[in-house]
Amino acid sequence: MGTAAVAPIEVHDLTVAYRKKPVLWDIDFDLPEGALIGLVGPNGAGKSTLIKAIMGLLPVLSGYVRIYGQPLEKQRELVGYVPQRETVDWDFPVDALDVVTMGRYGRMGLFARPSKRDKEIAMACLDKVGMADYATRQISQLSGGQQQRVFLARALTQDASIYLMDEPFAGVDAATEAAIITLLKDLKSKQKTVVVVHHDLNTAEEYFDYIMLLNMRLVKFGPTAEVFTPENLRITYGGKLQLLSQAAEKIARQG
Amino acid sequence: MGEFWDLTIRFFSLADGNVRWVVAGAILLGASAGALGAFAYLQRRSLLGDALSHAALPGVGVAFLVVGYKSLPALLIGAAASGWLGALAVNAITKYSKIKQDAALGIVLTVFFGLGVVILTHIQKSGAGTQAGLDKFLFGQAAALGSGDVALLGSVAVILLTILVVGFRSFKLISFDSGFATSAGVPTGLLQFLLTTMIVAAVTIGLQAVGVVLMAALLITPAAAARQWTDRLSLMVLLSALFGALAGLLGAWVSFLAPRLPTGPWVVVIVSFIFLVSILFAPKRGIISRLRQHRHGRGKIVREHILKALYKLGEQDENWSGRYGISQIEQAWSFSHRELNAALRYLDRRDFIQRDNGSFMLTEDGVVEGARVLRRHRLWELYLTTYLDLPGDHVHRDADEFEHVMTPEMEAQLEELLDRPEYDPHHQAIPNIGREGTQ
Amino acid sequence: MSPDMWVLLTGILAAVACGVIGSFLVLRQNAMLGDAISHSVLPGLVIAFLITSSRGVVPMIVGAAVMGIATAYLTEVLDRTRNVYRDGALGIVFTFMFAVGVILIAIYADQIDLDQDCVLYGEIAYTPWDVAVVGGKSLGPRAVWILGGVLLANLAFIFSFYKQLKICSFDPAMARAVGLNERLWHYLLMTMVSLTVVAAFESVGAILVVAMLIVPGATAYLLTHRLSVMLVLSGVIGAASAIGGFFAASAIDASISGAMAVVSGLILAIVMITTILVRRISAKRHVRASRENETAPVQSM
Repeated sequence: MGTAAVAPIEVHDLTVAYRKKPVLWDIDFDLPEGALIGLVGPNGAGKSTLIKAIMGLLPVLSGYVRIYGQPLEKQRELVGYVPQRETVDWDFPVDALDVVTMGRYGRMGLFARPSKRDKEIAMACLDKVGMADYATRQISQLSGGQQQRVFLARALTQDASIYLMDEPFAGVDAATEAAIITLLKDLKSKQKTVVVVHHDLNTAEEYFDYIMLLNMRLVKFGPTAEVFTPENLRITYGGKLQLLSQAAEKIARQG
Repeated sequence: MGEFWDLTIRFFSLADGNVRWVVAGAILLGASAGALGAFAYLQRRSLLGDALSHAALPGVGVAFLVVGYKSLPALLIGAAASGWLGALAVNAITKYSKIKQDAALGIVLTVFFGLGVVILTHIQKSGAGTQAGLDKFLFGQAAALGSGDVALLGSVAVILLTILVVGFRSFKLISFDSGFATSAGVPTGLLQFLLTTMIVAAVTIGLQAVGVVLMAALLITPAAAARQWTDRLSLMVLLSALFGALAGLLGAWVSFLAPRLPTGPWVVVIVSFIFLVSILFAPKRGIISRLRQHRHGRGKIVREHILKALYKLGEQDENWSGRYGISQIEQAWSFSHRELNAALRYLDRRDFIQRDNGSFMLTEDGVVEGARVLRRHRLWELYLTTYLDLPGDHVHRDADEFEHVMTPEMEAQLEELLDRPEYDPHHQAIPNIGREGTQ
Repeated sequence: MSPDMWVLLTGILAAVACGVIGSFLVLRQNAMLGDAISHSVLPGLVIAFLITSSRGVVPMIVGAAVMGIATAYLTEVLDRTRNVYRDGALGIVFTFMFAVGVILIAIYADQIDLDQDCVLYGEIAYTPWDVAVVGGKSLGPRAVWILGGVLLANLAFIFSFYKQLKICSFDPAMARAVGLNERLWHYLLMTMVSLTVVAAFESVGAILVVAMLIVPGATAYLLTHRLSVMLVLSGVIGAASAIGGFFAASAIDASISGAMAVVSGLILAIVMITTILVRRISAKRHVRASRENETAPVQSM
């Protein structure tokens, strides 16, 4: 998919504000094609913010994002998204298959209903994450890990080239963790580009080809072996940049 | 029209004994609702007041059925009891089912109110003639209060306000951070219970003036208005009580002018007006003041860019007494000509520049100011490249923005952090003129 | 048809129309917006009366829809200034609008065929005498036609855009991520809520409208795990509340709308208590079962 010359995601000088307060400064990178990329940094470093900004879910103060050289609006179908689990009401009256089918809604006509084929695709994706037996389960009756896998399956139905996953490993059981890893390897073998927000430093090195260290700004990005050094981690986790936070406050108040 | 003034003068002169009672009552009711509303507002439980006031209605009806005539103490006890049940029901629904807070409020509000309406219409249709006055609970009728009623309502209000003053610190703590309060050994549950009870009480006594349907406004709107004027809780509660009292007073006046009109809606319109004035005109947080700050900030940005540009031109020529035309100053910015001219006029008036036949020169003060802006610009660039590892060609735009909002304290901090640097990332000298400690 | 039957039919139509559309408010955790809109359409109605000096359906609907959307929009504008909390903003906006409506009614009492009490309780008992006449022929109560029309419109709206309403209610961020205009669907839903409210408002009053927007949907939410079933159930529960309330009201000679609201609350209470009991019993059984086969893996996966 795509030519080698154009990056799956190009982020250029991106500054993102939440409620007018800049939380990410001058983020600038090109992602390599077909790699598993771990997005690592302390709490409040802006990891989810970066994912949401790429997805066009947050307003951008300056800079831009290109998906295979084009703005997101033209390329939505190429990007699959796995939001954080807490963002939805799991008591909502839908079953697992319903949720997974939602991944196909974007490409259906205004009045169209999910076709038989959409349902088949959704079922196949559920199967891929080992959840086929739970298709008709109401989502509140699933464990946290199972809910996470449902979200992953939903992103798979988008049949995208790029996947952005916001903390898929957070609070999941061992079986789900194993299932996610298998899935990531499978995606990589298909030359998909996958960005995963990740919290666990112990496993980051093992799971990802590339690591992006983030703390309000891009600290380092590159192949895991090069980037994942104690020195770089110390810089990333070395506390908040006092002056930067102050500056953000000032700019927010002025606007 | 003559009658209007006659009545108004009679009302505000407080000559009439009955008027005095009504005024005192309305002020106290408004003040207690306003003060307690401030806490509800800050705990983001504003709409609970709406549910509670509606939930009070069946209690009014039941009390009437039990007592058999219109006795204010009985009606108040009934209203408070059923308001309380409403609060319990909201809690129970969210606790024991997956129904969320918003729907629970809506359920309690409508079902209790429906029950109240059923009871009231039943009383009405069963011909209990003395029911006259019960329907005043829907939209309020301040002027209909007798002196005995006012004494009762007023004492409750005074008690509420007293508890609020005495327990202010505790209520402040649980409103701000109940998690911390619990861990610090504060009986959060008990205090929250007390606060809810007090809100129920304030709602109950306020019903006379505003009515069930619109009572929520007296809890929410003064608090939201007060919030615009201050960041301090004590002041906010005070202002909120004041706004509530003012609305109560004016509502009583309307009710006095036109005894047949319901009071509640007028009180609500009055508090809404107070809110509108507050959100528009309050200093700092008010919308107009923010717009002005924004415009002021924009003007400052243009002026500082001009000074910086002139300083940089001087830097190139190593001589700051040169004269430069407007096209040299303008460079690549997106300022309109109007903005640019206004800024130039301002700088000329304040003696930062000298203007002569369309060319401009920095004065001594101007040089110092220009140096200051450029110093902040370059310090920030250096900070971004050093501490954020940003490449040098990416930091200019950020610095352009931030140089205008940097405080002297932050500048000093930067100087220290960067070890009093001499050069920026582009190897340009960081101006020393006017630098603290160098002159 | 006897007048009583017309009253009952009006109540049922209002309850079902509100119930199905209100279910989405409950699901979006936005139920109080239904309350707010039900109050703030009042000035829209009054102004429409005053301008056209008639009870024409079209001006009424336009006036109310404008006010309904204005409420949702103003709340959002206030919220966005960050000067006011969102729930506070909602409370400020709708109490003000409703107050203005009540004042207008009081001032123009002689020109408007509405009074304050009727705004709250409605005059459902009188609906049979306000008939629609076309070509000199009586077609039955106007309210039945209006409410029937709105019910059909709601059903058509939900049926046509089921998937958009579903995903926007469940996961707005995902809706935007797959390229849907989530704001647009929000405001379309609010438009339908306003239309429903205004159609029901005049004949059944504000309380019943709010009750039927929220209570049947919330009850259905407890009963099912499927959205489609929830929508059907909310309609059924709404209708049952209307029927129960109608007979209860005539038994004790009280407000019909009020009684319908109370019955919906009773149904909810019964459902809630039953589900709690069922959950308790099945939990006990589950504990016993897992004790009996200790070896079986109980870890949920």
